[in-house]
Amino acid sequence: MSTTTVAHHDEHHDDHPTGIMRWLTTTNHKDIGTMYLTFSLVMFLVGGSMILGIRAELFKPGLQLMNPEFFNQLIGVHALIMIFAALMPAATGFANWMLPLQIGAPDMALPRLNNWGFWILPPSAILLTLPFTLALFGVGDGALATGWTFYPPLSVQGGIGVDFAIFAVHLLGISSVLGSINIIVTIYNMRAPGMTLMKMPMFAWGWLITAFLLIATIPVLAGAVTMLLTDRHFGTHFFDAAGGGDPIMFQHLFWFFGHPEVYILLLPVWGFIPQILQTFSRKPMYGYKAQVYSLWAIGALAVVVWAHHFFTAGMPVPALLYFMYSTMAISLPLAVLFYCWIRTMWKGSMSFETPMLFTVGWIILFGIGGLTGLVLADVAADAQYHNSYFVVAHFHYTLFAGGIMGIMAGVYYWLPKMTGHMYNEKLGKTHFWLTAISFNVTFIPQFFVGLAGMPRRIPDYALQFAEFNMISTVGAFVLGLSQLLFVYIIISCVKGGKKATDKVWEGAQGLEWTLSSPPPYHSFTEQPVVK
Amino acid sequence: MALEQTQAAANKKLALKLVWIIAGALLFAFALVPLYDVICSVTGLNGKTKSTPESASQAVVDLQREVTVQFVSSVMPGLGWNFYPKQSSVKVHPGQVTTVMFEAKNTTNVEVAGQAIPSVTPGKASAHLKKIECFCFVRQTLKPGEVRALPLRFFVSAELPKDVQEMTLSYSFFPASQ
Repeated sequence: MSTTTVAHHDEHHDDHPTGIMRWLTTTNHKDIGTMYLTFSLVMFLVGGSMILGIRAELFKPGLQLMNPEFFNQLIGVHALIMIFAALMPAATGFANWMLPLQIGAPDMALPRLNNWGFWILPPSAILLTLPFTLALFGVGDGALATGWTFYPPLSVQGGIGVDFAIFAVHLLGISSVLGSINIIVTIYNMRAPGMTLMKMPMFAWGWLITAFLLIATIPVLAGAVTMLLTDRHFGTHFFDAAGGGDPIMFQHLFWFFGHPEVYILLLPVWGFIPQILQTFSRKPMYGYKAQVYSLWAIGALAVVVWAHHFFTAGMPVPALLYFMYSTMAISLPLAVLFYCWIRTMWKGSMSFETPMLFTVGWIILFGIGGLTGLVLADVAADAQYHNSYFVVAHFHYTLFAGGIMGIMAGVYYWLPKMTGHMYNEKLGKTHFWLTAISFNVTFIPQFFVGLAGMPRRIPDYALQFAEFNMISTVGAFVLGLSQLLFVYIIISCVKGGKKATDKVWEGAQGLEWTLSSPPPYHSFTEQPVVK
Repeated sequence: MALEQTQAAANKKLALKLVWIIAGALLFAFALVPLYDVICSVTGLNGKTKSTPESASQAVVDLQREVTVQFVSSVMPGLGWNFYPKQSSVKVHPGQVTTVMFEAKNTTNVEVAGQAIPSVTPGKASAHLKKIECFCFVRQTLKPGEVRALPLRFFVSAELPKDVQEMTLSYSFFPASQ
């Protein structure tokens, strides 16, 4: 009797719709994870091709390809897409795919919310990019041209594109807040018996702190852009000095969200990087507790340092000193993390498959991003570097190297588990070297032109910057085209290839490697017990 | 099955708690606006000066000290005016009442109203710039082509921190609805 019930039960579960309805209505964490990752990859290419337009314009001084308004639109939308539609969904995609497998849960805690969280994303991506198309038909004057930071008074004066971007940010915010609720509930309530918080995989820790940062700061961004919207259309004066408002207040509100956002993008990566390191070093990760406490310390510090993004807006000296020292204090827990990462590799039996190559490259390049951040945190130095290309190079070392290259390490690490096939190792390694080298060719020159005083977000520049910009543009195009190889590797791995074993990697540790590759549609229906 | 139901109930309970955190964070974002205003008016961080007249009666003149006050002016987009200070700076003793003149001209052929918004740098000096009479207290309406002399009577309070020897008073004229 009981066996028939069980059989019936299973049948019922597997009776899911096929074709497009499967993806529209799915509540399965693996399906949703796949959709998040696919969406992220598509938007990564969209945002990337936008910036190639920018780099093409900057190839030579003077205006060649586009007018300054369009240039400004590309810059702002590139950033919004890369942050909200490429990096954040990639991290959420990994969370959906891997968190339940890593903590031994059958699915995410709130599957319907999960489906909704994803399907809000495509409309918001359309909202972000639609103004370009509308402008072609003579409606409005294109997308927002303020840069991704929406600073008033420019954003109050801007055209219809600003409204589109505001609503897109609302939707993106709702999506990531829903995702965060789901992740927190999953981690707190769905862990396998015996898995205490301090036995959780590091990825779960990274995401737990990320999710808390998201639910605490995304509403502040939503509030700030809502105030902007009412300033634009409903006669309020939050940021309008003529009516007693203050444009600087927007910068405080924005960066109260904006700085934690940096860690929102990076903490999930700091979660799975140690797991990749231990796999390919074939030894347990070093300093688990120290890493967990460091992640918490960084999460806590992230919300109290925001004003270092606008030192030059004018602040009393005590405030400048406070924000400088608190910002620099973040480097202490981060140094602990770096130490633990290197110590995990120390005297390990290391091998350098593609995920490990990306991870080691990631540590070096992200380290450069961190160190140049320390320079910018210095109030006295920042007066010169503020809004220069030095800043651009710095945050691309943290967000492209520290964010996207980390995500790529994760893709290569888990792709065999997700698809059941090995990817092409040779092409993977080629992709790594192309990416790592062309990334540096793109951004090292930007440090130099930044130090020499080239301002960001300007389509034209002085002749003295010409050579470095030319090098940077060549690097950017190689970097962009190399990503087509990445797409090819992923597609061919999904389609076929050498069968992956359950464990995939010799040194793999963790529950996800106990399942088959690919894992069954419904996994861990019987929760494993962790000792 | 019962286990699954308690699990679902527990999930829902925790999710609702998190929704409260989110609502709190949203409320906090709007609460930051008055909070910001209070902090700024107490500390003068954003350089705003009072928009009501002060009285000069209790002012103590400190002849030992001299402070330079510079004047800067600008006109925001949408207002077809010329606007400039008649003197770029004055040297004053703290407590000494001084009158300076600005001039505005409506260069358009319609009647327009403007509102001047002051800002003082450094921020910590803003609370010590006391205005007795200012064209910025009210809206100014200029007829087509009209030129108007705009007086400002002020003194710098003697409590001005010792390290401030120079301050800049900036006025931006914004278009104001009639």
